[in-house]
Amino acid sequence: MGKAADKSPEPPAPEASPDLPADDLPKVYRAMVLARVMDERCLTLQRQGRIGFYVPLQGQEAAQVGCAWALDSEDWIFPAYRELGVALVRGVPVKLLLDQFIGNSGDVLKGRQMPNHYGYREFRFVTASSPVGTQISQAVGAAMAARWKGEEIVTVTFFGDGTTSSNDFHAGLNFAGVFKAPTIFFCQNNQWAISLPRERQTRSETLAAKAVAYGFPGVVVDGTDVHAVYRAVRDARDRALAGDGPTLIEAQVYRLGPHSTSDDPRRYRTDAELQKWKDKDPLARLKHELLTSGALTEADDAALWETTRKDVVAAFASAEETSPVDPLTLFDDVFAQRTPQLEAQREEFAALLKEGLIKP
Amino acid sequence: MTELTIVQAINRGLADAMRADPDVLVLGEDVGVNGGVFRATEGLFKEFGGDRVIDTPLSETGIVGAAIGMALYGLKPVAEIQFLDFIYPAFDQIVSELAKFRYRSGGQYPCHVVIRSPYGGGIKGGLYHSQSSEAYFAHTAGLKVVIPSTPADAKGLLATAIADPDPVLFLEPKRIYRAVSGEVPDGDQRVPFGEARIAREGADLTIFAYGAMIPPSVQAAETLAASGTNAEVVDLRTLVPLDEKAVLASVEKTGRAVIVHEAPRFCGFGAELAAILAEKAFFSLKAPIQRVTGYDTPFPYALENAYLPNAERIVHAAKAVVAAG
Repeated sequence: MGKAADKSPEPPAPEASPDLPADDLPKVYRAMVLARVMDERCLTLQRQGRIGFYVPLQGQEAAQVGCAWALDSEDWIFPAYRELGVALVRGVPVKLLLDQFIGNSGDVLKGRQMPNHYGYREFRFVTASSPVGTQISQAVGAAMAARWKGEEIVTVTFFGDGTTSSNDFHAGLNFAGVFKAPTIFFCQNNQWAISLPRERQTRSETLAAKAVAYGFPGVVVDGTDVHAVYRAVRDARDRALAGDGPTLIEAQVYRLGPHSTSDDPRRYRTDAELQKWKDKDPLARLKHELLTSGALTEADDAALWETTRKDVVAAFASAEETSPVDPLTLFDDVFAQRTPQLEAQREEFAALLKEGLIKP
Repeated sequence: MTELTIVQAINRGLADAMRADPDVLVLGEDVGVNGGVFRATEGLFKEFGGDRVIDTPLSETGIVGAAIGMALYGLKPVAEIQFLDFIYPAFDQIVSELAKFRYRSGGQYPCHVVIRSPYGGGIKGGLYHSQSSEAYFAHTAGLKVVIPSTPADAKGLLATAIADPDPVLFLEPKRIYRAVSGEVPDGDQRVPFGEARIAREGADLTIFAYGAMIPPSVQAAETLAASGTNAEVVDLRTLVPLDEKAVLASVEKTGRAVIVHEAPRFCGFGAELAAILAEKAFFSLKAPIQRVTGYDTPFPYALENAYLPNAERIVHAAKAVVAAG
């Protein structure tokens, strides 16, 4: 259940919170397991040099899957670069994601971005970028556009604790408040922005409290509890569609892994802290619940992990066999049509390529 | 045909586009009830209402970010940045997001956004109401940069910008917003991108300019004619895409080039033009190129008229080029 931030003008009524349907729980758990398996596999693949980079999500599965589960497939996602769990719930195929991590010819993005910066129009999952916070005001603009077009959807934007210090966090939340945009601001407070701890990001007691100044509710949820996350997002979605405007949700989680494969968190945080949060592992928590309710057995669970690992390994093998990206696509999609200058550079490039002076 | 000033032509162009296409909307600071600080959006709020003529909070990054989101969702926003000098808070949204969305998404997410902004000096605006920072944007892959110099071009290029599926930075020469008026064709008369305009024909020397530098360039050409030098004035109209063919054709004809812009010289757009001429028209050149530009200083207040290129400086440079060969 969500706890309203201090002096929030319109705290959501807890009794209105719908529950995550019990029948969905095994599927939710499967999505979380898939995210964890992909994460573990990708960290290994990066160490083996088979993908160039990776941004892990371990510890944030319940927050991401719970949030995505509460949305309609027509809702628009404006992710940061850590939202694998959301993409999987949206239905993005594992192979397609792995194609992006490699940057091969199967990659919808045509190999243009680092791993994790994917996006799929088909799944209403907007292509991510690296600058933090820029997606926030974009989500607000899209929500305003949806309302203008009379479409009953919300936009949801994802970001971390560090992003709450950015220009676009302020601009986006302020615009959303002023225009009562049907947007959900989903902040995964994973306690660390690379090496900077949460308390060095802001003096605010909570990140959710910041919503108060923008004139809409801010809610803190335990981001390791998939039920709490689901209810908070359903509430926020209902509010938005009722015309009551945006909500800031702060899902308190912990980044169990490094910021990215270029980061070594042992330089700035303690084993004791890590262990404390490992004890709250969201997967263990949901598994325990499912075992207790009888919806899952230990044997089912072991089989699930094994099958999922096999599937991911097979998908990656297939992605590795997919042909590399065509070098001449370098000049596509700068504009709808190439300018004469781009056309000339493409010809120059093609000639050098043919002579072997450029090696992709 | 109707006689209009540049700012009236822009106003007319916005209204026409909004009437023709319900997906076109305007957003920015003071654009609604107030009609814009230069009155470019006058009357739009009354005709189209606050949902399509949106007064935003004072945040350029918010304006451009929201415009991007609207475009991703299928609208065609025209954002106003009140002065080009104030665009920098939105630089990240423009350079990292707007310009790259189509590319980074593999073509899935085009950004149908126009950003209009008054630019340039000559209105006693000092450091922060006078800048010509077109070079930053022309340097950014994925942005089109358009600068009209006549009322007809202002309306025709704006219509093309609003119809263009890619992001366009539409820079308006505020110094001549009202100082220049002219006949504007009625109806949806578009001026294509990438086609320079010969503002004055000549055979002895080419003056390349755009925006508010066209009037002093034409004036310089008239002065030069009196002393026997027949100068051509090429109005680039769009920096991106650049009409390289017209640039080269003119210099192949005249053999001499003077490049004029009010932005600082170092790494200004004139440097690109000079490089293109050196690469591709070297053997047509009879004399070294000269640039007549703003100086490599911040834009001054009291010394504004000394800083800005004028017809006399252009004539001076042209004479030097002619004397050199």
